[in-house]
Amino acid sequence: MATIELDSTPRLRRGVRLTYDKTRETHVLLFPEGVLVPNDTAAAVLQLCDGAATVAEITAELGHKYEGVRVADVQAVLTRLAERRVVQWT
Amino acid sequence: MDVTAQPPLGMLAELTHRCPLHCPYCSNPIELVTRDNEMSTDEWLSVIEQARELGVLQVHMSGGEPLARNDLPVLVGRAADLGCYVNLVTSGLGLTEQRLADLVDRGLAHVQLSVQGADAEMANRIAGVKAHNHKLTAARAVKKLDMPLTVNVVLHRANHHQVADLIALAEDMGADRLELANTQYYGWGLRNRSALMPTARQLAEAEPIVRAATERLRDTMQIVYVVADYYEPYPKPCMYGWGSRQLTVTPNGDVLPCPAASSITTLKLDNVRSRTLADIWYHSEAFNSYRGEDWMPDPCRGCARKGIDFGGCRCQAFLLTGDAGATDPVCSKSPDRGLIDTILAGTPSEPPELVMRKNTIKVV
Ligand SMILES: C[S@@+](CC[C@H](N)C(=O)[O-])C[C@H]1O[C@@H](n2cnc3c(N)ncnc32)[C@H](O)[C@@H]1O
Ligand code: SF4
Ligand code: SF4
Repeated sequence: MATIELDSTPRLRRGVRLTYDKTRETHVLLFPEGVLVPNDTAAAVLQLCDGAATVAEITAELGHKYEGVRVADVQAVLTRLAERRVVQWT
Repeated sequence: MDVTAQPPLGMLAELTHRCPLHCPYCSNPIELVTRDNEMSTDEWLSVIEQARELGVLQVHMSGGEPLARNDLPVLVGRAADLGCYVNLVTSGLGLTEQRLADLVDRGLAHVQLSVQGADAEMANRIAGVKAHNHKLTAARAVKKLDMPLTVNVVLHRANHHQVADLIALAEDMGADRLELANTQYYGWGLRNRSALMPTARQLAEAEPIVRAATERLRDTMQIVYVVADYYEPYPKPCMYGWGSRQLTVTPNGDVLPCPAASSITTLKLDNVRSRTLADIWYHSEAFNSYRGEDWMPDPCRGCARKGIDFGGCRCQAFLLTGDAGATDPVCSKSPDRGLIDTILAGTPSEPPELVMRKNTIKVV
C-alpha cells in the first residue's frame, strides 16, 4: 500500500464494518476473520473514512471536536489500521 | 475459572448437516444429525438472540450446506438486525443470484465459498458430484452483487500440486481473501488421513509459490495459508484458547467449545434445548474443562509458548492419545510426539483410495 498523503481518501476495506456494540459499550470493527476493538482515537478517525474525505479534511473535522489534532497523528493511525487490513486508500 | 471467562465474539451456526457434496476431507462428524433432529426456525432464532445478548458479534452460517435450510433468509435477517456480522459459509450449490440478492437485502455481510480443485476434473472428483461449474456461477453472482468473497480450499495430497492454479482461480473469481487450508484431521477426514496427508515434498514445493503470491497480491487478495500441523514443531493455537472467543452450535442444538469437540467422547455436552446459551458458555463443564491454563499438563505448564498456542488442540490430543487434557501430540515437547512421527513415516508412496463422505440424508 502506498504511503498516506494529505490528499489520500481512506475508506474501510471491502468486507469491513464499523459498528457500536452495546454489550461491550465500544466501537467494534467486524470482518470475516475476526473482531477488532479500535481505541477512541482510531474509532473517531474511522467514522470519517468514507472514501471521499481526504486526510486533510478528516484532520480538520477532528479538529472541531478535539484539541491539538495533527495530520501526522491521523496518518499514523491510518497506517496502523492499513497494516491490519482494515482501511485502504487511493 | 468461570469468573475470568470473557463474552464470546463469534458463533459458528451449523444449521444442518445435509449437504450435496461428498468431500473425503470433511471435518464434520461421521455420525451426522438427521433432518428430523434439526432445530426449528424458532429454536434457531432463539439461539441467535441469546448469542447476541451474550456478546456474539459474528455469526457464521454453516453446515453441511446452510442453503439447504429454507429458513436461511429469516435467520440471516435476524442476526443482521441484531447487529451481527453475518458470514455465509457455503459450497455454493444452490446459491443463485436471486437467493443471494435476498440474503444481501436482509443484511448478509460476507460469503465464504469452498472450492475443491483448480479445474472441473479435480474439483468434481473430490466433491463427488459435478459441483465445480456451480461454484463458478456462484462466485460470479457474489461479485455481481459486489459482496466481499473469501474462497476456501482444503489442501491435501490429491490437489496440493495445484496450488498455483488455485491461486489463479481465486483471482479470476475476484476473491478478496483466499484461504489455503491444509486438511485438519477430524470427523470423516480423519478416516482418510493416509490418503490425504501431503508429502513433505509437496509442502516444500508449495511454500515459495504461496509466499510469492502472498507478496504479489498483498493489496488485492489476502492469502491465508493454514499449515499442515503434523509437519510442524509446535501445534496450532486452537480456537485461541478453549471457551475464549467462539462457540459452535450443531444442527440439533449441542453447544461446542470447538467445531470438532463432539469427537471428544469423554466431554459432557450441553444442548440449547435444555440450557441457556449463557449458562452453557459460563458454567458448563464442557466449556470450563480446558479454559485458561489450570488444566494444562506438564510440558505446557512451564512453557513460554502456552500463551501463544494454549497447548494446542484438545480434539487432536483426544483423538490421538485418548486424553483430551494431554499436550497436543504435534508439539515437539509432547511425550506423544512419536505418534505423529510414526504417522508421517508411514505416509504411503502411493496414496490409498479416498473414501467419499456418505450422506444418507437427502438435500432439497
Ligand atoms: C464443514 S464446511 C461447511 C460449509 C460448506 N459445506 C463448505 O464445505 O463450504 C466449513 C468449512 O470447513 C472447511 N473444511 C471442511 N473440512 C475440513 C478439514 N478437514 N480441514 C480444514 N478445513 C475443512 C470447508 O472447506 C469449509 O470452508
Ligand atoms: S462434505 Fe464438503 S461441502 Fe459438505 S459439509 Fe463437508 S466439507 Fe462442506
Ligand atoms: S509444551 Fe504446550 S505450550 Fe509449549 S509449545 Fe508445546 S503445546 Fe505449546
